Amino acid sequence: MWVYVKQLEYPVRVSRPDLAMAKNIFAQFGGPDSEFSASWRYLTQAWIMPSGVAKAIVIDIGTEELAHLEMVGTMINLLIADATPEEMDRAGLGAHYVEHGRSLFLHDAAGVPWTSNYVQSHDDPVTNLHEDMAAEQKARTTYEHLICKTTDDQVRKTLAWLREREVVHFQRFGEALDRVQEKMAQRLHF
Amino acid sequence: MALDRAAELVHEMQKWHFVALELNLFLDTHPANRRALEDYNNAVRRFHELCEQYEREVGPLMNHGFSESPDEWKWIRGPWPINTGM
Repeated sequence: MWVYVKQLEYPVRVSRPDLAMAKNIFAQFGGPDSEFSASWRYLTQAWIMPSGVAKAIVIDIGTEELAHLEMVGTMINLLIADATPEEMDRAGLGAHYVEHGRSLFLHDAAGVPWTSNYVQSHDDPVTNLHEDMAAEQKARTTYEHLICKTTDDQVRKTLAWLREREVVHFQRFGEALDRVQEKMAQRLHF
Repeated sequence: MALDRAAELVHEMQKWHFVALELNLFLDTHPANRRALEDYNNAVRRFHELCEQYEREVGPLMNHGFSESPDEWKWIRGPWPINTGM
């Protein structure tokens, strides 16, 4: 069951509105390597994972990614603030304004809508865990690019924290892969 | 309810929740680590104490039956972290 807690996992602050940055951060809201992709990539793998370790890891990390998605959405919302349609036009968010106003929507930094083609869920835990490790690296790299795109220290702080979480998740998925492969090796001993 | 007091409680809750979450992930791949287990349960207790305090002084943290809302339905009230960023 998923339950909502009225609290962010980590604070989100911005020093000032910044529409250009808001547009970039959609990459982590509805882009290929976004928190949305991460959450549902891992969660859709949960049913088929054969061991408690693998199942727990994709559920626990997948759930944390939902909290990250919430943070990313919050950051975009604060950066857009109460921008006028003209300001949104100038920042390249004109089409977004027409179709969504100042509301959030699942698309990437270029406005390309999210697709489940971004994620994979297979019935082989070795396959899935490699997919998951790759996903964490892609997310880390994306956060690094985003950090370079802003001089706002508050925004950088939260992005840096989100980046660090990707590094930790990569570590955990790697360990889960080791556990799965150890278990598979054991079964070969007669 | 002073906003500073709420902010202070939220900050402490986020800290202890994070400790618990991080240890949760570690324990998933290191289930036999006794030290991590002890630290996890300690963090859970600290986190729950803070949650109870927060719910007494500010309002419910969760919906769908996971938190009570004595006297009045406070769930619909702000502040909403998705808007404040707190």
